[in-house]
Amino acid sequence: MLDYETMRVIWWVLLGVLLIGFAVLDGFDFGAAALMPFLGKNDEERRIIINTVGPVWEGNQVWLILGAGAIFAAWPHIYAVAFSGFYLAMFLVLCTLILRPVAFKFRSKIPNAGWRRFWDWSLFVSGFVPPVIFGVAVGNALIGVPFTFDETMRMTYTGSLLDLLNPFALLAGLVSSAMTLTQGATWLAVKTDGDVQARAYKTTVAFSLVTAVLFALAGVWVAHGIDGYQIVSAVDPNGPSNPLLKTVTRGPGLWLTNYGTLPITMLVPLLALCGTIIVALAVAVRRPLTAFLGNSLTIAAIIGTIGVSMFPFMLPSSLNPNASLTVWDASSSRTTLIIMAGVAVVFMPIILAYTGWVYRVLRGKVTKAYIREQGGSVY
Amino acid sequence: MSIDMDVVTLSRIQFGLTAMYHFLFVPLTLGLSLLLGIMETVWVMTGRAIWRDMTKFWGLLFGINFAMGVATGITMEFQFGTNWAYYSHYVGDIFGAPLAIEGMMAFFLEATFVGLFFFGWDKLSRVQHLVCTWLLALGANLSALWILIANGWMQNPVGAYFNVDTMRMEVANFAEVILNPVAQTKFVHTVSAGYVTGAVFVLAISAWYLLKGRHVELAKRSATVAVCFGLAASLLVVVLGDESGYEVSQHQKMKVAAIEAVWHTEEAPAGLTVFGFPDTKDQVTRFEIKLPWVLGLIATRSLDGKIDGIAELIARNAERIRSGMIAYSALEQLRHDRKNPDLMEKFKAHQDDLGYALLLKRYTDDVAQADEKAIMAAANDTVPNVPVLFWSFRIMVALGLGFIALFGAGFYYAVKRRLPEKRTYLKLALLALPLPWISSEMGWVVAEMGRQPWTIDGVLPTFLSASSTVAGNVVVSLVGFVLFYSTLLVVELFLMVKYIKLGPQEPAAPGLATSQGRY
Ligand code: HDD
Ligand code: HEM
Ligand code: HEM
Repeated sequence: MLDYETMRVIWWVLLGVLLIGFAVLDGFDFGAAALMPFLGKNDEERRIIINTVGPVWEGNQVWLILGAGAIFAAWPHIYAVAFSGFYLAMFLVLCTLILRPVAFKFRSKIPNAGWRRFWDWSLFVSGFVPPVIFGVAVGNALIGVPFTFDETMRMTYTGSLLDLLNPFALLAGLVSSAMTLTQGATWLAVKTDGDVQARAYKTTVAFSLVTAVLFALAGVWVAHGIDGYQIVSAVDPNGPSNPLLKTVTRGPGLWLTNYGTLPITMLVPLLALCGTIIVALAVAVRRPLTAFLGNSLTIAAIIGTIGVSMFPFMLPSSLNPNASLTVWDASSSRTTLIIMAGVAVVFMPIILAYTGWVYRVLRGKVTKAYIREQGGSVY
Repeated sequence: MSIDMDVVTLSRIQFGLTAMYHFLFVPLTLGLSLLLGIMETVWVMTGRAIWRDMTKFWGLLFGINFAMGVATGITMEFQFGTNWAYYSHYVGDIFGAPLAIEGMMAFFLEATFVGLFFFGWDKLSRVQHLVCTWLLALGANLSALWILIANGWMQNPVGAYFNVDTMRMEVANFAEVILNPVAQTKFVHTVSAGYVTGAVFVLAISAWYLLKGRHVELAKRSATVAVCFGLAASLLVVVLGDESGYEVSQHQKMKVAAIEAVWHTEEAPAGLTVFGFPDTKDQVTRFEIKLPWVLGLIATRSLDGKIDGIAELIARNAERIRSGMIAYSALEQLRHDRKNPDLMEKFKAHQDDLGYALLLKRYTDDVAQADEKAIMAAANDTVPNVPVLFWSFRIMVALGLGFIALFGAGFYYAVKRRLPEKRTYLKLALLALPLPWISSEMGWVVAEMGRQPWTIDGVLPTFLSASSTVAGNVVVSLVGFVLFYSTLLVVELFLMVKYIKLGPQEPAAPGLATSQGRY
């Protein structure tokens, strides 16, 4: 039952779940923070926006931390290659992620307008930049990244920061950015009222459309513009995690083969568009929560589409395609995968339960009256 | 593939600095979260509003510190991948697990309930809020547990074996990793160091208020809580520090020898050097003052155990390097002849020393054929920096004994109800403010520099652990971190001081985040 192959697939799915959890939950506070300087016209409105995410963004951010931790534990090769290969991009992400907690905490502590404006823009940067960089990273993963290994599994990486900024990857960055901004806008529609909510609705419609169009464009590009990868040697899904034991070919259209083998998977990209339609309808009838869930569906489907297109590849190598990292040869040992799956089975439901409870306690809108009444005890 | 030593050195500096920076905020989070729990419990049980105000006031300072802890922790998590990629490949199978478990078990708890701690005061019942506070404290402590299991494994890598097919360490027995005695003693010693930090922080600031005659009611009670909690914590930290010393002497003999500057094996009963100047070149300790018998007692728990000296350990390590070379050459052949049972057997017989052979990579690419000169050079590399260890350890221990005295006296005055009048004592308590941070940082220097030249003791040398990135990248990130972190520290200290000066009672200016409530 728990053979190596099954465990690897389970962890591939779990990684997807973690990334979706991150993009849906941390996505809305990234989005809200990035929209804040534009949707909040004065200090009070900005405080409203900040306080919609104030109590929950820290918990949401743990999805990212856990995502990184899970890659480390379950897919150590990928952790090593991606993090060291994208060195400067990671450093940029880190800077913004360091800025974020302090910006939330420090902004409210001094009423000076200049001080607050500084932290407003810090929040904007820390909400806007990471989704773009993550998107660019995913775009590069689809194209393939220039790395290879020697016999002792020491990696060589030949790319630079500028190589990451190729047109396709930038498009992926825009998709990621647009879907996150939509997520933030729907969240603000749920949690605010009055002027801010009205602006949030408009923003939702705009960015939701942009997301759909860019996503479709990226789909066409993947089909016709960039090469995909395919394993051509025999693979042993139960074999050791050594990425140098296979042969891989590269060619146009190969990222579509999975849809041919298993046509039902075509539903995944279609769900992304369904999500967009739900968002549009929900905004029309002013049901913000439905819009939020609709865009969450879009996000899940976009991430799912990437997974389905690439499977079993996780990080293809453009330098030496045979060294590409796949589900079958980049994982931890079977024992580690089983242990970690056990921990996840116990703790993920508990986490979801208390997170759900916290959102329930905090339900309701953040209004002008609330901010005035709370005074200094909120952000 | 040659190793770029600049990348190694720069990465070490970066990791060391960012870790030490992270640990400026960690101990206060650990200690203060528990103190908040205690204060709020009193509020819920007695209903006296001052205890709620205390919780809110210290909670405000906690929040500023917590934000910095979170911000700097993320850097740590990413750095294993960015700067220590070969390390991540080589031991990720074992080392990654506690990190991921830490996320699931601890960070979610901590980060979710910290939101309710600040935003839940009027959305929750008193008891519900109290539960949130305790869950926050639990989360912080659990996070320390799991990260120290990870770190303990680096010091004493149990429950793992080298897998020839994948060229990395893999888990053999995860229970051993969790129950690693080094990890357990590290955990208790480190969290109690955190409790000491929290107690000194509360005591010092309360002392300042008492000296100024401000917020006396709040300060008096806070100081009393702090001295009680601090006395227990400081006794604990010393007892458990001794336990750490014992564990280290069992598993990392070279580290103990370096901490104590034992250049040559001492026959039982070994004496403890209280003071002296270790001289690395001549391998002697000058002007030493020795307490007879004591070291033997601490390190071996007996009067007849002997302490291995640095010279003898070098000779032993040279032997292990030779044995490791056999494993290494078997491994090279196994790569081309995967199923050969003879080679496998040869490898198995020497695999425990494989890591020692890797030390040779600094001197030759052809490890299996290394000459005697390279072997001796590599063996000499296994000695960590003796003077640094010697002094850091002594500073930590001296401060540890000092904390017992500080809290002991405070406890005595508190019991006599004379704490607010003892102005000299209060001044001393205020001056003690930076000391717990110094001792914690010294402790990490002992633990981490004492592990050199290894990242995983006896398994993977530090210089091999680094990423194959270019030095320029690390220079950019290192300079970036130093500038960014220094600026943030200035801002954080500015806010801390501002809010401490503002104190709990000042009327809340509009839009200012002071705690509310009067008494
Ligand atoms: C003994 C305790 C201890 C030690 C040795 C470390 N940490 Fe830490 N860490 C904590 C104790 C802690 C904490 C008390 O749980 C923190 C500090 C302040 C805080 O907010 O949580 C935290 C925060 C924190 C966070 C943010 C968590 C969140 O969002 O809540 C991350 C990702 C890490 N740490 C990761 C690390 C890594 C990778 C370390 C090793 C190199 C490390 N920490 C050493
Ligand atoms: C937060 C408390 C910690 C502090 C203050 C600290 C301090 C240090 C210092 C000073 C160094 C540099 C040693 C040298 O290069 O001479 C170092 C290196 C290192 N430490 Fe720690 N450390 C801490 C926690 C940890 C933990 C919990 C882990 C692992 C889970 C860890 C893993 C490492 C690694 C991988 C290196 C780099 C390689 C090396 O130089 O050994 N550290 N640390
Ligand atoms: C008499 C008192 C003390 C003794 C005998 C002692 C002993 C030790 C020893 C032997 C280590 C190294 C463990 C290793 O290398 O794995 C250590 C580490 C450490 N010490 Fe102490 N210590 C004392 C007091 C303190 C105090 C007062 C603090 C802080 C308030 C402190 C904080 C630390 C920290 C943070 C570490 C690093 C983590 C660890 O390795 O456990 N120690 N201590």
